[in-house]
Amino acid sequence: MKQASLVTREYRTVDYVSGPLIFVENVRGASYGEMVKIRLRSGEERTGQVLDISEEHAVVQVFEGTRGIDTHETTVRFLGEPARINVSLDMLGRVFTGVGKARDGRPDIIPEAVLDIAGMPINPSARDKPADFIQTGMSAIDGLDTLVRGQKLPIFSGAGLPASKLAAQIARQAKVLGEGEQFAVVFVAMGITHKEASFFQRDFERTGALDRVVFFMNLADDPTVERLAAPRCGLAVAEFLAFTHDLHVLVILTDMINYAEALREISTAREEVPGRRGYPGYMYTDLSTIYERAGRLKGKKGSITQIPILTMPDDDITHPVPDLTGYITEGQIVLSRDLFRRGADPPVDALPCLSRLMNLGIGPGKTREDHRGVADQLYASYAYGRDLRRLVAIVGEEALTELDKKYLKFADRFEKEFITQGDEDRSIERTFAIAWDLFSLLPVDELKRIKREHIAKYHPAHARPAGE
Amino acid sequence: MITGTILRISGPVIIARGMKGSKMYDVVKVGEEALRGEIIRLEGEEAVIQVYEDTTGLLVGEPVVNTEQPLSVELGPGLLASIYDGVQRPLPVLKEKSGDFIARGIYAPGLDREKKWEFVPGLRKGDTVVPGDIIGTVAEYHFEHRILVPHGVSGTVTDIRSGSFTVEETVCTIDGKTNLSMMQYWPVRIPRPIKRKLDPVLPLITGQRVFDCIFPVTKGGTAMIPGGFGTGKTVSEQTLAKWSDTQIVVYIGCGERGNEMTDVLAEFPELIDPRTKLPLIERTILIANTSNMPVAAREASIYTGITIAEYFRDMGYDVALMADSTSRWGEALREVSGRLEEMPGEEGYPAYLATRLSAFYERAGRVICVGTAERSGSVTVVGAVSPPGGDFSEPITQNTLRVVGTFWALDTNLAYRRHFPSVNWIKSYSLYLDFIGDWYVKNVSRDWRELREKAMYLLQKEVELQEIVQLVGPDALPESEKAILDVTRMIREDFLQQSAYSDTDSFCPVEKQYQMLKVIMEFYESVNTAMSRGVSLRQIQALPLRAGIGRMKDEQDIDAIRKMSVDIAQQIAALEVEK
Repeated sequence: MKQASLVTREYRTVDYVSGPLIFVENVRGASYGEMVKIRLRSGEERTGQVLDISEEHAVVQVFEGTRGIDTHETTVRFLGEPARINVSLDMLGRVFTGVGKARDGRPDIIPEAVLDIAGMPINPSARDKPADFIQTGMSAIDGLDTLVRGQKLPIFSGAGLPASKLAAQIARQAKVLGEGEQFAVVFVAMGITHKEASFFQRDFERTGALDRVVFFMNLADDPTVERLAAPRCGLAVAEFLAFTHDLHVLVILTDMINYAEALREISTAREEVPGRRGYPGYMYTDLSTIYERAGRLKGKKGSITQIPILTMPDDDITHPVPDLTGYITEGQIVLSRDLFRRGADPPVDALPCLSRLMNLGIGPGKTREDHRGVADQLYASYAYGRDLRRLVAIVGEEALTELDKKYLKFADRFEKEFITQGDEDRSIERTFAIAWDLFSLLPVDELKRIKREHIAKYHPAHARPAGE
Repeated sequence: MITGTILRISGPVIIARGMKGSKMYDVVKVGEEALRGEIIRLEGEEAVIQVYEDTTGLLVGEPVVNTEQPLSVELGPGLLASIYDGVQRPLPVLKEKSGDFIARGIYAPGLDREKKWEFVPGLRKGDTVVPGDIIGTVAEYHFEHRILVPHGVSGTVTDIRSGSFTVEETVCTIDGKTNLSMMQYWPVRIPRPIKRKLDPVLPLITGQRVFDCIFPVTKGGTAMIPGGFGTGKTVSEQTLAKWSDTQIVVYIGCGERGNEMTDVLAEFPELIDPRTKLPLIERTILIANTSNMPVAAREASIYTGITIAEYFRDMGYDVALMADSTSRWGEALREVSGRLEEMPGEEGYPAYLATRLSAFYERAGRVICVGTAERSGSVTVVGAVSPPGGDFSEPITQNTLRVVGTFWALDTNLAYRRHFPSVNWIKSYSLYLDFIGDWYVKNVSRDWRELREKAMYLLQKEVELQEIVQLVGPDALPESEKAILDVTRMIREDFLQQSAYSDTDSFCPVEKQYQMLKVIMEFYESVNTAMSRGVSLRQIQALPLRAGIGRMKDEQDIDAIRKMSVDIAQQIAALEVEK
C-alpha cells in the first residue's frame, strides 16, 4: 500500500450519514479499501473503511455504528492502509473483538506480523489436494459425508436445532488417525447471543481445549458492521497459524446468516440494486472470499478446515444464503427438524448432506476399502425406506411387500442406531460395524452398490468367524 | 498514448478522466501498479473500466494508460497442459513470482518466451498462402500443433526455416517483408473466422450412458447442465472433460471452487485417455478463475477459453469446451452492471444478458476452417448452470435453454438418492437425435433409436404408475404394469446410473451401452411374451436374473453381455405356467 502523502489527512467534511455509512466530502488522495479513524465530538474514536471514492466524496462504512456522529464536528482521518490485524502465536487461548482488539481484559498481543485481513486469493496451482481423513467421531459425517483436512463443510441448521452442539463435538473429537496432534481452533462468532458464545467457551474449557482456541467475538449486541470484519480477521489468523506455524487449523464461523444480514444492511445503505431477497448481487463473490480461504498449500504442513454454521431462515435450504453457501462450500451437513422431533441426536438429515471431497479421504489405507460402497448403499437404501414411509401413511403398512417392509425397518434403525449417537466418540470401525449390521436386514441381492468381494469379506452373514 | 487519471473507484469498476480517443474494450493499465483493465463504457472524455485485479489501495488521481489494444490471448505452442487465470496469466508462473497467494500487478505472458520448439516446415519457398494455411507443425507432447498463417496475411513464401525456435522467432517470411513466428494474437471477444458451418451429424462420445445413448450432444453442439448444488454439475463436467472423444479439451473453472481445480490438476496427469493411451493433461487447457479471484477476470475467462478452443478448431481438430459455471459468469456481468448503475433487467441481471449468452454459445459449431485445404474442426460447448435454489425459471437457465441443443437437467431428488449422473430423464432432452441417427446406424446398430424410444416410453409410463401407487398402493396394479415398474427400476439402476469413480464403469464404450440397453429391453419383451402365455410375474421375479443384469456395468466383455440376452430369453421362455 502506498502512502499518498506524509501529511496526516484529516477531514471535517462529513456531509451525509445514513445507516452505517458516512459520506466525506472533498477527500484528496484516499485509496479504495483504506481504513479511517473517526473522532466524534465526545472524543470517542471509531474505525471505518472506504467503500467507494470519487473526487467529490468518499463513502466510509463505520464498524462500530454511526450513533453520535454529526456532520459538523466529527473528524475523519485516513490512515492510508487497508484493514490489518496484528497476529501472533500467542493469540491461542485469547478472546478478541470482531476487529481483532483484545476483549478478555488482558493486554494487547505483541505482533509477530501484521496482516491484511482481506488476504489474497490462493493461487489454484499452489493448492495441494486435500487427502487426509478427519475422524470426527460422528457416524453421520465419517461414514456418509467424510470430512477431509482442508475442506470447507458447513452445517445448515434451523432455528432451535442443536448445530452448536454438533460443531463443538466435532471440534472436540476431530483428529487425523495416526497423528497425535490436535487441531488449533479459530472460533468466529458473528452476531450470536451471549448464551451461545458462552456455550462454546464452556465446552472448550470443560475439555481443556481453551488454550488452543482463538476467539473472535462479535455478539448480537455488538456493532453490525464489525461482523463483516470478524471472519476475515479470523481467517487471517488461521492462515498465519497454518502456513507460518504449520498448525492444522479448524475454523468455526457462526452464524453466517448474521454475516449476510450485515452485508445486506451495508448494501441497502449504499442504495445498491438489490438481488434476491434484498441481498446484494455480489453476495456470492463476497461469501467466496471467506469460504475459499480454506485448503492446503503445496510444501506447507499446515491446513485450514472450515466449518461454518448457518441457520436457514424457516428451514429453507433454497434461501439465498444457504443456497450460495452450498455453491461455494464442498458439501453440507443438514440438520432436520423432523429428525430432531423424533429424538435423533445429532438430527442430521442424511439425504441432502454431501461431502464433495469425501473420495479423496476414504478407501484403503485411509479408512477402509468398502467405504464408498457402504456409504452409497446406506444412502440408496435409506432414501428408498424414506419414500416408503410416505406410502405407508397413505395405504398402510399391510399393503407393502415383504421386501419393502424390510426397507422400512432399515430406515428406522438407520436413524436410531447409525445417525443417533449422543456424546459417543465413534471410531470409523465402529461406524462400519453398525452399517454392516443394518445391511444384514436386507437380502444380499439388494446390496448392489457394494462390490461382491466386500460383501463376502464384511457381511455379518459371511464375515463372522465360526463359533461366534 | 492516451493517459488519463482515476476519478472514481467502486469495487472492480473505476472511472477515469482524460481518456479521449479511447475505444470500447481497449485494455488499459490502471494506477502505478499497472493493474490490467478493460474499457466497458465511454462517456465523453470519461472511460468506465473494469479491472481484472483487486482495486484495494488505488487512489483517485492515479494515472490510467490506454494500451489501445483489445483484450487478446496468445496462441501458439505451449498452450497444452497449461493452467491460466481468466486473462491468460499462467498460474504456475505467478506462483513463482508472488508465492502461494496471487499478489496484484504481476504480469506474465501466456506463452513461455524461452522455451524452444522443434518447427517442421510444411511449405516450401515459392508456395502461396492465404490465412489459415498450415505453414508447419510442432510436436507438443504427442500432439501435432499446426502453425497457421494468421488472419490478414497472404502472399508467397520467400523464406521458411526448420529447427528449434522460441515462439517469438521468425520461422517463415511472406513476400520478403512479413515475418511469421509460431505465436499469434487474437482478441477474445471476436469469434475467429470460419469458412462455413456444417450440420452437427457426429455425436460427441463421452462414455456416459445417459449422455451418449439417451440425450446425446454432437461434436460442435451445445449442451447445458443446470442443477442445484450437490447435484453433480462439476463431476459431470469433469467426467466429460476426461472421456470426450475430442483431441483437445478446454476446461474453464469460472468462479468455482479452488479445491476442485486442484483436483483436476492432480488427477489429469495421472489419467490416461482410453483412446490414445496418453495422459489426459496433454490434451487439456485449464482456465481457473476461482470464485474469490477478481470478478472482471471471471467475466473474461469464458472468452479466453473459447478463443483458445477456436484456435485448435482452426487447425482441424475437435475441441470440447467445459464452462463451469456460466452462472458465475452471469453474476460477474451483473456485478459490473450494478456498479455501472445500469437499469437492471430480471433479477438484477443486465438486459443484455441473453444477447451475451447466445453470442457465446454460437461460437460453438462444426465448421470448415479457413485456409486453402478443406479442413473441418469443431468446438463443442458444455455449460454448467447453477440456478439459485435449483429453480430453473431463473434468467441464466432460461436464456441458455433457448440457445442450446441438449439439456441435461440435474435433479436434486436423484442426487439425494445417490442416483448419479442425476440427469432427470423426464425433463432433459436432446435436439440432435435426428442428426446423428445415421451415425448410430452405421457405427452401432439399426435399432438404437427404437430401443431408446421404448426405454423412454417406459420411464414416462413409470411416472404415471408411481402416481397411482402413491394413491392406492402397489398391489392394486395389474401384473403387466408391475412388470413395467420392475423394468424401469432396471433401466434406472442398472443402466442410467453410472459411477464416475468406478474403475470399471466410469467409461462405457458405446457398443457396450447399446448392448446393456438391449439386454434390459429384451428382458422386458420376454417378460411380456411369457406373461401373455400365463406365466406370473412372481415366477419371473424368482429367477436369478436381476443380479446378472445388475453386474453388467462391471462386465468388460461385451460378448458376455450379448450372450446374456439369449440366456435370459431362454430362462424365461422355459418357465411353465403354474396351474
